[in-house]
Amino acid sequence: MHGQCGLFFRTYAGEARIFPSRFLMVSMGLFGTALCLAPLAMNNYLVSILCLINIAVIGAVSLNLLTGFCGQISLGHGAFFGVGAYAAAYLASLGLPFLAVLPAAGLVTAAVGMFFGLPSLRLKGIYLAIATLAAQLILEYVFLHWDAVTGGSSGMAVDPPQVFGFAFDSDVKMFYLTLAVACVCVLIVCNVMRTRLGRAFVAIRDHHLSAEIVGVDLFAYKLRAFGISSFLAGVGGALWAFYTMYITPEQFGIGLSVSYLAMIIIGGLGSVLGGVFGAVFITILPEFLNFLAHHAGAFFTDISGALLAMKEGVFGLVLVLFLIFEPEGLANRWRLVKAYWKLYPFAH
Amino acid sequence: MAFLDVTDVTLTFRGLAALTGVGFSVEKGDIVSLIGPNGAGKTSMLNCISGRYVPDSGSISLGGADLLAVPSHARTKLGLSRTFQNIALFRGLSVLDNLMVGRHARMDYGILASILYLGRARRAEDAHRRRVEDVIDFLGLSPYRHQAAGKLPYGVQKRVELGRALAAESDLILLDEPMAGMNLEETEDMARYILDINEEWGMSVLLVEHDMGVVMDISDKVVVLDFGRVLAEGSPQEVMADADVVAAYLGGDDGVFLGR
Ligand SMILES: Nc1ncnc2c1ncn2[C@@H]1O[C@H](COP(=O)(O)OP(=O)(O)OP(=O)(O)O)[C@@H](O)[C@H]1O
Ligand SMILES: [Mg+2]
Repeated sequence: MHGQCGLFFRTYAGEARIFPSRFLMVSMGLFGTALCLAPLAMNNYLVSILCLINIAVIGAVSLNLLTGFCGQISLGHGAFFGVGAYAAAYLASLGLPFLAVLPAAGLVTAAVGMFFGLPSLRLKGIYLAIATLAAQLILEYVFLHWDAVTGGSSGMAVDPPQVFGFAFDSDVKMFYLTLAVACVCVLIVCNVMRTRLGRAFVAIRDHHLSAEIVGVDLFAYKLRAFGISSFLAGVGGALWAFYTMYITPEQFGIGLSVSYLAMIIIGGLGSVLGGVFGAVFITILPEFLNFLAHHAGAFFTDISGALLAMKEGVFGLVLVLFLIFEPEGLANRWRLVKAYWKLYPFAH
Repeated sequence: MAFLDVTDVTLTFRGLAALTGVGFSVEKGDIVSLIGPNGAGKTSMLNCISGRYVPDSGSISLGGADLLAVPSHARTKLGLSRTFQNIALFRGLSVLDNLMVGRHARMDYGILASILYLGRARRAEDAHRRRVEDVIDFLGLSPYRHQAAGKLPYGVQKRVELGRALAAESDLILLDEPMAGMNLEETEDMARYILDINEEWGMSVLLVEHDMGVVMDISDKVVVLDFGRVLAEGSPQEVMADADVVAAYLGGDDGVFLGR
């Protein structure tokens, strides 16, 4: 009997699949099942972290599309996320059903994102970063001062989403909803990246002159990258609004933009999986530090307070250490580990 | 009107003329070489054709269509592709994807088909992949198919870049010094590829190259540029016999150019 050694593809379409091997499909299936069952064995606090992860995955993967794949750095992603949240809150307050609010919030955000993406025609790298930073500040200002729509500094309350009369009014229910939406968003990015659209994005990132020569309209495609990325960010923001049920301008500050950037850098620029890993990592890290500080307190009573105070510093330190020791991101480490086990025990 | 028709093209950089009243033509199915000393304006001429530079005056047409009237990215659709003097690959993409991007202008499914990966996108990807595999076979790139282009050896990268331009299946391919930095064997391979591209793939070629042996061997016509002006235009034999050319370029200390 002959076993297969390595992966063989009989069709080109087989090679283009997201999970190219049966092994991967089965293991992803098992992982998905475990994930779906997990909330049943968890307390509300842990489930709420899972919800936050699902939402962060949408934000990180969408930013990775724009920055990691298309090379257009954005310091305004947090504000775009906020546009989605406010659009959703406003549209929901008008009585629109959740299933309409979600894509509508995405479309509004796409329009805003494309508008603020206009400078990318002329600006690159650090200059574009500053232009998107301006977008961030302008949008924050709008959140704070357009009282009629955003409620100004007092913010907006949002009711839990309802789909065909079923209300998602608990953390567990919201977990399934956010998970489903996150999966769809990740699938969209995967699809984009295996077609001409995604290849054009990477072409623009890697060599914009050559991209033009092969027929990519730089401006149109950069705007598309901004549009799709902001659409997804808007959907993520909408989910956030429905999940937290109360939004205020400071939730969508520059800090959020930076943490999305941190997610994709730590997870791996230009990798869909990297966005997911980064979102998980950056969401869990502060909770983990909390947990540590809390439990260390049981042994050394006086240390707990100091540890809590140092949390922010430790958070920054972990990020810096990551950049130094894992500059290619978690997705790359994952790839290396997989490659190692594939050859185990014959690896050198 | 000739297939590629360059008429009276002038290009200046802040008052310094890189091209002055340049005119020449490429007939369909020909291999035409553009030669001249360093700084003669060869790359500038290709840039004018491909849209990187906009000439101050003059006209350029391809297959009867006015090239200067359309932006650079739209010229691909009119049947133009090119390679660069310095390697300009998409370093992060695999060889396969580099060639697939080469076919960008030939694919026409839209954003929605991309996002949903609908039947249309799937079928198109499959069909274009087949054409790209032909290019991969032709250029012997199959061992590198899934490797990131930026990590390959120089000679292979040059071939991948040729492959990307070839994948576009354009009518006219512009090659800017495809043999630069190659050893004798690689140079001969490259010359073979250019002849095959011309004969089997039916593409007209405008070649910029310093290796006179190759140029005189494979060209149907040679255009000599010097200080941004056309010095001579004609068959390889005519050009080699031209007194101006011999004096200005081929003769004197540069005589070594004639042999290999
Ligand atoms: N972007 C630019 N700005 C200013 N001057 C330029 C520019 N591009 C080309 N030139 C000038 O135009 C002239 C022609 O340059 P070009 O690169 O076309 O020469 P070439 O014939 O391709 O030379 P080589 O054989 O070295 O590649 C040179 O004097 C060069 O300095
Ligand atoms: Mg040159």
